[in-house]
Order: sequence, then C-alpha cells, then structure tokens
Amino acid sequence: MSEYIEHDRAGISVGIVEKKFYTFAAPPDELVLESGARLSPITVAYETMGALNDDKSNVVLIAHALSGDSHVAGYYSENDPKPGWWDIMVGPGKGIDTDKYFVICTNVLGGCMGTTGPCSLNPATARPYGLDFPVVTIGDMVKVQKALLDHLGIIKLLAVIGGSIGGMQVIEWAISYPEMVASAIMLATTTRHSALAIAFNEIGRQAIMSDPNFNKGDYYNGPKPDLGLALARMVGHVTYLSDDAMRSKFGRRLQDRESLSFDFDANFQVESYLRYQGSKFVQRFDANSFLYITKAADYFDVRRQHGNDSEVEAFAGVKAKVLVISFTSDWLYPTYQSRGMVKAMKKNGLDVSFCEIEAKCGHDAFLLPNERQSTLINRFLKRVYEEESDAL
Amino acid sequence: MRYDLQVIASWIKPGSRVLDLGCGEGELLLYLKKEKAVKGTGIESSEAKVEKCFEKGLQVLQGDITEEVRDYPDNTFDYVILSQTLQQVLKPDMLIKELLRVGKKIIVSFPNFSYWSIRLQILFFGYAPKNQQLPYEWYNTPNIRIITIKDFRRFVRETGCRVLKEVDINTHSHDLQGKIVSFLPNLRATYGIFLVGRRNEKS
Repeated sequence: MSEYIEHDRAGISVGIVEKKFYTFAAPPDELVLESGARLSPITVAYETMGALNDDKSNVVLIAHALSGDSHVAGYYSENDPKPGWWDIMVGPGKGIDTDKYFVICTNVLGGCMGTTGPCSLNPATARPYGLDFPVVTIGDMVKVQKALLDHLGIIKLLAVIGGSIGGMQVIEWAISYPEMVASAIMLATTTRHSALAIAFNEIGRQAIMSDPNFNKGDYYNGPKPDLGLALARMVGHVTYLSDDAMRSKFGRRLQDRESLSFDFDANFQVESYLRYQGSKFVQRFDANSFLYITKAADYFDVRRQHGNDSEVEAFAGVKAKVLVISFTSDWLYPTYQSRGMVKAMKKNGLDVSFCEIEAKCGHDAFLLPNERQSTLINRFLKRVYEEESDAL
Repeated sequence: MRYDLQVIASWIKPGSRVLDLGCGEGELLLYLKKEKAVKGTGIESSEAKVEKCFEKGLQVLQGDITEEVRDYPDNTFDYVILSQTLQQVLKPDMLIKELLRVGKKIIVSFPNFSYWSIRLQILFFGYAPKNQQLPYEWYNTPNIRIITIKDFRRFVRETGCRVLKEVDINTHSHDLQGKIVSFLPNLRATYGIFLVGRRNEKS
C-alpha cells in the first residue's frame, strides 16, 4: 500500500487517538511460531477508536497491509499534520462508523511501528534482532492479534477487515478462529500469491539485500540500506498502480523541464514521483521489516496451510459471513483470485457477498476514496450487526 | 412490487433457501426476506444494482448467472428464480438443467412472444414486434430468445421435468397490477410464470 494518507474531504475525523502497547509471552511462555521457532517477549502496538458497547458485540478489527501500522485513523495530537492511513474509511458516519463500532488496529508482528519485529531488541544479545528475528507468517501475525484481544477481554469480533496483506490476515482469522469471527471483509486480496506477486516481492528483497549498507541485516548502528529499500518501494509502488492510472497521472510529461536532458537525471514525472515515494518511505520504514512481511505474504497459502491443497477444504470450517471486494484494474491480486475464493466459499455454503468495483487506480484502490467501497462495507457491517443482535 | 413478482412470491414457502438470478435491485429478495423469512442470495451483473442490494441488507454476488450457478453443490436451494431473464440467455437448455441441479424447484418467467398484438404486428406491418414489454429494435434487443408459453411447456416436457404450477398473466412491465389469464393464455397473456420441478418432484 502507498503513501496516500488523505485527509477526509468533509473534514470529519475520529479525533485524537493514542498508540498503546501490550507485552506478553514473557519466558517461559514463549510464542511458538509456525516455523517452530520461539519468540519472547512480544510487544504489540495498537490503537482503538469508538466505544466498546456493554455486551462487547461491536468490535471491528482492522488489519493493515505491508507498509501500514496501528494508526488507522485520527491524529496523535492537535498539530499532527497527517491522519492515519485509512482516515477516509474509519470515523464518525464513515464506511466503518466509529459512532457504532469499537475499532481496533494493531501493528503486525515483524513490523517496525511498535510491535516486535527485526528492529526490536533481542533479549539474548541486547542488540536489535536483525536477521536473527525468526521468519513469521500471516498465521503468526494473527496469533499475536488474538493474544491482544484475549488480554482486552474480547471474545467475539463483529468483523475483521483488511486489504491486500491485511486481507490475508482476515482470511486467516476466519479460518483459524471461526467461532470468534462473525464477519470477514476481504479487500483486494488473495488466498495465495501468484508467481507474479512473489516475483515483485523478491525483486524488492534483492534490492535491499544487495545494498552495500545492508550488512546482513545488522545495520542499526550505522548507515541504513536506504537505496535498496527505496528501490524496493519503487518497484512495489508500480505494482500498486495500473497502466491506466499511470497514463492519466503522469503520461510522458516531463518534470520541471522543457526538454530531455540526455543524462540519467529524472526527466519524466513518473521517475521523479517514484524517487520521491522511495525517499519518503525510507524515513519511516525498516528494510528488515520489508523482508519479513513480504516473506510472510509469499508464504501465505490457505491450501497448503489449511486445506490439504484444496481451497474448498481450507474454507470448510469458516462460519463468518464474508464480503469480498476486488478492483477491475488490480493486476497484483486480480479479480480471478477473488472469484476463486468466493467459489470455494460458495461450495461450503457460506454466506458470501462479492463485488468487483470498477476502478482505474489499481491495487491501491482500496485505500483511496471510493464511495462504492465505503457504502458496501458500511451496509454489510450494518446487516451483520443487525443479524447478530437478532440472533442473541 | 411488480405483479409478476407478487405471483412468484406467493409460491415461495416461508423459511426457504432462495437463489434469485438477475436479482436487479433486490426488490423480490427484500420482500421474501421480510415477509417469508427466506434465506436469500442474489446474483446480479451490474455493480450499481449490486450496491442497491447491499443498501437493502441483502446477500448478493456480482457476476454472470451462468457462471455463478455452477459453483453451488446439488440441492443448495429450495427455489431458484429466473425472472424475465430466460429470453436473454445464450444457452437456456443448459442453464435450466443446471438450475434444477442446484435448486429443488425453479421458477421461470418470460415475456410471451405469441401475445396477440405481437402476432398482429408481424402479420400486418411485417416488422419485428415492439411494445411496452419489448421496447427494443431487432438490432439492440437483449432478448435473443423468442419464447412462447406453448414452447416452454413443450420444452419442460421434453427435458423430462414437470410443470408444478403455471400462471399466465397480462400486465405491463413494472406494472403493479395485472390479471391472471386462464382462457387462451398463449394468445392473451403477456407473461408466463412457471414453477418447474424434477420428474419426481411433488408440487
């Protein structure tokens, strides 16, 4: 996902939010990861918005994608220049209405925005983990979220919502904790990466690892592999857009010049834009986290992890009502992948709704203002909330 | 609600599982959900209409009806409704067979092309018929199948299914009122509505 953090056009905001932390898995209760490795302790950064109702039946968990964090909406202070990454969707009266729902968003395991990850201190060495951090999976990320909810005393989720890698966590939630998840909203996501998606992630990882400053991931006390990370971001960013979006946004327009320079400066707007995106990203993101989170996404495969190689079997135990949304110009997780998982859900008799939204802006469409997406999510949540209340 | 949809709704038993193909803005499904407590699913190709269904709190899938029905296991639904869509389907025989696999009973309605005024238009004017129910020219009509009530009865017989109920009506599309035509329906009815079951299905 990209740097789109947009201010709500109507100026409506959930207001001031606060990042909180919960630490668990202190020795000897280490968290056993899918790889078999043990991790201890684990801190999870999270933010909440809205009010928890008396019977705790209005909890919505939002899962972020590659470069997001727990700061989904609102501002940290009065003078905070930027709201959270999905401020257009989360707030009073918005798609995910904080007047009705209690929203929780955590930073993923392996991330670099407060939750334990490769830049955290390894208690065994008192230095940052770097590549000593164990490889984590989407399942491990979800286990950490589950531990936080247990701590908060939440036993039922009205909905789990996420796009892209966040959508993978939603799928994992619905499969791993069927009794706990009343509904699951999966946006622009997939049950397993295509070779194309893995290929682009691998290019990004190679860019980081071949940066002279990478130093086998142990760069926290010296210069960082900024060039590699920026390059990884540039590649990623292209995959989040679309031919259509790039044509209308940049075309072949030149940046601050009338003619070609006949050297390797950024002549075209698109070049300068990508360089800017790359340089902005390195200021806030850890290169090792990029490696770990993209690896977790590449490893995610519901057929292998949950279904004996069958997508239908993988969804067999799911009880959640599901909403799947794809976008016409998303070539990273194209509609056929969403339709494939909808098909597997239908074969299991699940209550699944699906819509492919016409959008020009590629994979990132789920992060951008989109009336239709907001309406679909809002009305789906309303329906599930009413049906859940009726069932009580 | 449109008169033909009222007829269809009157055939659905409360608490049934219903699939509405080409559900449009979800008018029928909403009525069935509220009045008959059905567990309803809609399939609709238009994104804008899908959104309308969401606004009504319905479960709906955007897609092509022929593709979407294939995914369901046998007997997933008590009723599958194909309302005023059969005349637009490329392979009606294949579709009906598939519908009778996923649904125990199917409800099919279509405009009757042997309605007397249509016959007269061809007889006297020699042009492809156009009227309120069929407002298109030959070159832009989505109605690629010419079906009459007698044709459909024969089709059901030949495919080894049973007509469990038949009501032929005279109405105008989107009209809220209509009347049932019992005398010479193939000539006097604008729409045929059929409840069809498998050979051994009881009505």
